[in-house]
Amino acid sequence: MLRRTPLYDRHRAAGAKIVDFAGWEMPLHYGSQLKEHGRVRESAGMFDVSHMTVAGISGADARRFLRQVLANDVARLRAPGHALYTCMLNATGGIIDDLIVYYLSEGRYRLVLNAATREKDLAWLQDRAEGLDLRIRERRDLAMLAVQGPEALQRMTEELDTTTGRKLADLKPFQGLETGDWLIARTGYTGEDGFEIILPDRQVGPLWDRLAGAGVTRCGLGARDSLRLEAGLCLYGQDMDENTSPLTSNLGWTIAWEPTERAFIGRTAVELERKRGAKEALRGLILDGRGMLRQGQAVLLADGREGRITSGGYSPVLGRSIALARLPVNAEGTATVELRGGPAQVRIVRPPFVRKGQVLVD
Amino acid sequence: MSNTPSDLYYAATHEWARLDEDGLVTVGITDHAQESLGDLVFVETPELDKAVEAGDACAVVESVKAASDIYAPVGGQIVDANARLQDEPELVNSDPYGEGWIMRIRPDDPDDIERLMRADDYEHMIEQEEEG
Repeated sequence: MLRRTPLYDRHRAAGAKIVDFAGWEMPLHYGSQLKEHGRVRESAGMFDVSHMTVAGISGADARRFLRQVLANDVARLRAPGHALYTCMLNATGGIIDDLIVYYLSEGRYRLVLNAATREKDLAWLQDRAEGLDLRIRERRDLAMLAVQGPEALQRMTEELDTTTGRKLADLKPFQGLETGDWLIARTGYTGEDGFEIILPDRQVGPLWDRLAGAGVTRCGLGARDSLRLEAGLCLYGQDMDENTSPLTSNLGWTIAWEPTERAFIGRTAVELERKRGAKEALRGLILDGRGMLRQGQAVLLADGREGRITSGGYSPVLGRSIALARLPVNAEGTATVELRGGPAQVRIVRPPFVRKGQVLVD
Repeated sequence: MSNTPSDLYYAATHEWARLDEDGLVTVGITDHAQESLGDLVFVETPELDKAVEAGDACAVVESVKAASDIYAPVGGQIVDANARLQDEPELVNSDPYGEGWIMRIRPDDPDDIERLMRADDYEHMIEQEEEG
């Protein structure tokens, strides 16, 4: 049985094309993915991301526990509402999931994990928590919205009460505000300014309606994917998984190496890999001609070495196809990809392709 | 619910065909097809003057989601292709039976079009496909 978010009926009423995503009936688009994409880059769009897994971690040992299971270090979170992006690694340094961890107050944290990895994530956490003074609680009572785009702040400020609205402007990226049952943070997955709001199920509908009324465009998972691809952001299960480490996924920056005595799970493996030097990296590809780069296509370098596209698609801002590909670490220049119409030349670039509405590649 | 004009003919591969007064067959993809594909970003129109058999792949539409071959619904010679689609592939989404037409074929046999489905059969086929 597929699960539905509290906004399902609203999606249907707004004409959404509904697809099965990780066991959820989610909107792919509401008519045009390209228009939705453009609205997020130019004004403001909103996404129902209530399918994501939200888990509360609380107890005297919560901090100690998270410092062990996450590769980034929650000790860096000093003020309530502050957040980190991090990987959760297995013993061989492979990525079990990528997530955002919020520090709410002494002994209280919240994790936002992927929907597709829900069961294994919760089981992994539960197993590691044995014997600790700690409670892990999945928050199925909470919904989540992402409001993204250069006008997100303005729209949000207008629609929330003035005290909260004023505080939003002061939030820096990865800072959040817990107010009552709501957690509003300056985070997102689009490469634009914006917020993610975690709030009780029964309150998400009215907020969605108010934002829609204020001109915030409803956006589906299609635009979410093309936006994150332009922004060079990894998608779990495509660009990274349990067989790839953060170092080969452009996520070395999310590992807190200091203090050296913090023995997080996977540390030995990623330290060894770092010492030897990672052999692969995620790079960007641009196809200047027509056609489409797609996940799984082989990338052939001029010297005969090979890589593979992990995420590919159309970039509405560039008007061309772009991709993320796992390539030998020093690959540069051009490469060849076998498209359905025959071989095509692509250029190797450093992602991101687009951030804050600006094209960052040639 | 997608739109299926009753005056057109339909192929199982989701093309529509219309026999025009000048004896040519205009071809495009159906509203149902464009809806399933999502926003089109490239259309590779067919080679002009090429001789095709019914069922030959002769054009490609590529959307944000997938690429799809377009098959000639009747045999003949391709005499025209919609050049606007090069820069405006979205016409196929916005007006699949009008400005989003893809090609025109001079049929070897004008009666060939009768072998295609009428609107109610095509709609029935879509319903069955959707029921899986």
